Amino acid sequence: MSHRPRQIGGWSAAILVVVVVSLVPVLWIVMLSLKTAATATDGSFIPHAWTLSNYSDIFKLGTFTAALRNSIGIALISTALAVMLASAAAYAIARLNFPGKRIILAVSLGVAMFPQISLVGPLYNLWRQIGLYDTWPGLIIPYMTFALPLSIFVLSSFFREIPWELEQAAQIDGATPFQAFRKVIVPLAMPGLVTTFILVFIICWNDFVFAISLTSTNSAQTVPAAISAFPGVSQFTVPYGDIAAAAVVVTVPVMILVLLFQRRIVSGLTAGAVKG
Amino acid sequence: MLVGPAAIVMLAVTAYPIIDAVILSLQRSDLRFPSQNKFIGLSNYGHVLSAPVWWQDVLHTVIITVITVSIQFVLGMCLAVVMHRVIFARGLVRGVALIPYGIVAVVSAYAWQLAFSLNSGWIPKLLGLSSDPLSHTFGLYVAIIIAEIWKNTPFMALLLLAGLALVPDELLEAAKVDGASTWQRFTRITIPLMKPAILVALLFRTLDAFRIFDTIYIFGQGAQNTESISMLNYSTLLDRLNLGLGSAVSVLLFVLVALIAFVFMKVFGAGASPGGAEA
Repeated sequence: MSHRPRQIGGWSAAILVVVVVSLVPVLWIVMLSLKTAATATDGSFIPHAWTLSNYSDIFKLGTFTAALRNSIGIALISTALAVMLASAAAYAIARLNFPGKRIILAVSLGVAMFPQISLVGPLYNLWRQIGLYDTWPGLIIPYMTFALPLSIFVLSSFFREIPWELEQAAQIDGATPFQAFRKVIVPLAMPGLVTTFILVFIICWNDFVFAISLTSTNSAQTVPAAISAFPGVSQFTVPYGDIAAAAVVVTVPVMILVLLFQRRIVSGLTAGAVKG
Repeated sequence: MLVGPAAIVMLAVTAYPIIDAVILSLQRSDLRFPSQNKFIGLSNYGHVLSAPVWWQDVLHTVIITVITVSIQFVLGMCLAVVMHRVIFARGLVRGVALIPYGIVAVVSAYAWQLAFSLNSGWIPKLLGLSSDPLSHTFGLYVAIIIAEIWKNTPFMALLLLAGLALVPDELLEAAKVDGASTWQRFTRITIPLMKPAILVALLFRTLDAFRIFDTIYIFGQGAQNTESISMLNYSTLLDRLNLGLGSAVSVLLFVLVALIAFVFMKVFGAGASPGGAEA
């Protein structure tokens, strides 16, 4: 198929706008992270004096490495739990007819629309009473909960597309039920599970509301909360370099996920939105 | 059995605390003065609703929500059309456009805050400003709104893209043969067929914008009359440690969000169940 040059020109311009607008703020924070302390406030987009010392600084900061460890651990555990619980629910929604089906979908929708900040007070109070304040489970529980609706929507729309007859076909061919499930169904369900895992991981990785409210120290504070509390040299100086370098470090994993799995994220979210 | 665990978790972690919030909101409960706890009925609500700060914060939140969601809708539609129709480099466009969606909200807020600030940013220099745009209300709103639009337009676009994909190409071709212009085809065929997706996109983005917290927190925790309802909720609960009053704000916010969802479904949702509750 050939296209007229005018069309090519138009699309190139559109693509250029999308790329520039999406990348400039990211590029800016990268540039800021590479500026020396003396030039951090010169207001120039491109550094006049380049340095990597901001990165070595934040990794020397106990707060940041602890926060990074917390972020990774908490996000991975919450995501794994949410995907496991949601798989069971989505399987039932996709394959079985049962009376509570509409209810579970209504509850999911309700949770998806819920203002998270409304839970902060009661959870803060409760967590302090039962000793979950400033612990990993204290964040994992709300993260998992708020990840469930999206996981259920996305997974059930994937599961509905799986040709389940194949499972019976494999059993007729002599496979045991477990073999049929493991060799036929699991590979078919894998793309859906991976997509859901990525989407949920991004949500947990990004949270700020719960992180700032339900943690206070290195033992559970995640990176977004830690960045917002970075100490300046004095009360009146902003640690520009540290903030920018830490921002870049937490952004890199997400950028890699988004660029690698772009197709899956698009299809997962659009399928979840239309059918879920 | 299969749905049980997910349902129980969702109910336990949302329903129980919201009930707890309702109970707390009916009490005098201040963590600084724990001995003075007692049941005081609706007087916390009276306090909140008669305080000018509550109404100001509602106004701030509504202003930010209406402006950001309208602009996001227009830009998101453009982006969705580009993602849908682009004839080359589709993977690149989609991947790059998703970056703001994936980026940590706090990072995006800092990226814009540090870009707008006169002390560190490139924007005042580019515009030749001599005073700090973040030092007065108007400039701060502009910066917050731009940051929110940048971060959330891709999600709006994705939800709209889902709707665009449902419009059959043959229908558009037929209209083209009949002499309909591009704009006519878009407004008369594409938009009506996309209505359910548009409803879902607007509803989700409106509710999300109404809860705005991260950006406001990073841009000075509500300084210069930018405090949102969520920010007020946070500061009442965790800075002033007034659980009773804070819980009343939580419950009111919850009610407002439910009200917005309800109105959306009533007004726009005839026939289309948001989220496709059909499932």
